[in-house]
Amino acid sequence: MSLTARQIETIAGLARLALKPEEIPVYVDSLSRILGLVSELEQADTTSIEPMAHPLTGQVQRLRADEISSGNARDEYQRNAPQAEAGLYLVPRVIE
Amino acid sequence: MAAETLARLSAGLAARQYSSVELTREALSRIDRAQPQLNALVTVTAERALATAAVADRRLASGESGPLTGVPIIHKDIFCTSGVLTTCGSKMLSNFVSPYDATVVSRLGAAGMVMVGKANMDEFAMGSSNETSWFGPVHNPWDLTRVPGGSSGGSAAAVAARLAPLATATDTGGSIRQPAALCGVTGIKPTYGRVSRYGMIAFASSLDQAGVITVSAEDAALTLQAMAGFDARDSTSVDVEVPDYRASLDAPLTGLKVGILKEFFGAGLAPEVEGPVRETLAVLRKLGAVVREVSLPSLPLSVPTYYVVAPAECSSNLARFDGVRYGHRCENPKDLQDLYQRSRAEGFGAEVKRRIMTGTYVLSAGYYDAYYLKAQKVRALINADFIRAFGEVDLLLGPTTPTVAFGLGDKTSDPITMYLNDIYTIGANLAGLPAMSIPCGFAGGLPVGVQLIGPHFGEAKLLNAAHRFQQETDWHLRGPTGYATSFEPGAGPTSGRGEK
Repeated sequence: MSLTARQIETIAGLARLALKPEEIPVYVDSLSRILGLVSELEQADTTSIEPMAHPLTGQVQRLRADEISSGNARDEYQRNAPQAEAGLYLVPRVIE
Repeated sequence: MAAETLARLSAGLAARQYSSVELTREALSRIDRAQPQLNALVTVTAERALATAAVADRRLASGESGPLTGVPIIHKDIFCTSGVLTTCGSKMLSNFVSPYDATVVSRLGAAGMVMVGKANMDEFAMGSSNETSWFGPVHNPWDLTRVPGGSSGGSAAAVAARLAPLATATDTGGSIRQPAALCGVTGIKPTYGRVSRYGMIAFASSLDQAGVITVSAEDAALTLQAMAGFDARDSTSVDVEVPDYRASLDAPLTGLKVGILKEFFGAGLAPEVEGPVRETLAVLRKLGAVVREVSLPSLPLSVPTYYVVAPAECSSNLARFDGVRYGHRCENPKDLQDLYQRSRAEGFGAEVKRRIMTGTYVLSAGYYDAYYLKAQKVRALINADFIRAFGEVDLLLGPTTPTVAFGLGDKTSDPITMYLNDIYTIGANLAGLPAMSIPCGFAGGLPVGVQLIGPHFGEAKLLNAAHRFQQETDWHLRGPTGYATSFEPGAGPTSGRGEK
């Protein structure tokens, strides 16, 4: 299993990672090797095996009623924002 | 034996032999001394610790204390701590001050534990050597030229050097057990869902579980008692009663059926590790256990299964780091795409990017069935193997790691070589099983760990077997040369407490 430089660029784009040109061959090599390791899975006969959805048999995702359970902590959370103003997160202009 | 353990310190505090403030000052001064060599901590919370310790002393005086009250603890820097830097070992979060406490932190805080600092770790818990940390590698106190293991390398090194009697840790593919083995300390990864993941920064949500690294199994029992239990704020937290772990520690092991994991003793296991691991069997037999070999034929596929499932979940979880709401943001973004792409490229290290991209690829259109779905099916086969085995035996036993601690830089050039360090630990994560590593000997002056794996919610039996083993042996009480022999205030460093 060998990936191409073009594929790495596509994957990095999907993952929103800006790669430097010199990083591309490094990831071509290491991702290809990881997929080589992963290809061992092909040996396993998984005919009629249900994929595992949860490590504990019978456990399902718990849901709760859609009710407010804690107060508004916006200002506290925004203290970690790189740029915030008047309760809003600031980003570069999206619509010209 | 002097006061080495949380249990003994707890007794000393209760008997007013020393105060929590004295104990905390001792921990802080040890951290100061060891930090230049070990780099085990990212943040030291001295002022806050002394204030917490003063409160603990008042609780101790008024009799409102429990077994954990006043004891210093280090939290892995993956746990959110209100008002304190929470970095997850990453440049991405190097400026993140958490607005809230993780459930693990708040429960141990409510029990009166005193946080003295935050432990260094592999970036976003992705690594097996603590070399992917943005804050630099942690050094193994048994040999400073070697790795402590990872991802909870700071936690394991700190406990091995007795900077604190215990440290919290997390385990996605072996990140508690592997560093515990390489540093000669005790580590437990509980059943998936046993301990709340709320406020624990996510890596692979179907595998992540919080646990603790301690000196002894008894200490692990005391700590897990306070950590475990249902939490409505974690949607995968399981509402199953927490048994009294300490009450069953001394139960006899007569008739305990221990299964030797055949697949863990093949090629790749270093003979100097296999020796001490096999010697544990004689001790367990002496205690009344019945030992037999068990085969789990799908288990060798654990590593490839993990390297589909974990990166897939990681790529999804780490999509939240966008340079907008918190975390690193690049300078002068020209547009929103540029802001996302450069903030993420600058904020994440090479291994994290490698896993995000692997996960993105295996989840991308046209590849999902071949990779993710296939891996989840193989995961079901591995789980079925474990369930079958636990129909025949009570506990499974094998090595924790294939080798002792390796040299810093030895395995950084090839990700596959690094991934194979977790060959024996990943299975328990894939099946959501509780597992422990406990010290069982030395090879060339470096610690060796033996791994015990139990059935779902079998923590009490694991702790019981580990405790009885530790009553018969003293491997867990040995520490590296140059660090304090005990945690009693004023005990000071000594030499030659390692291999006898």
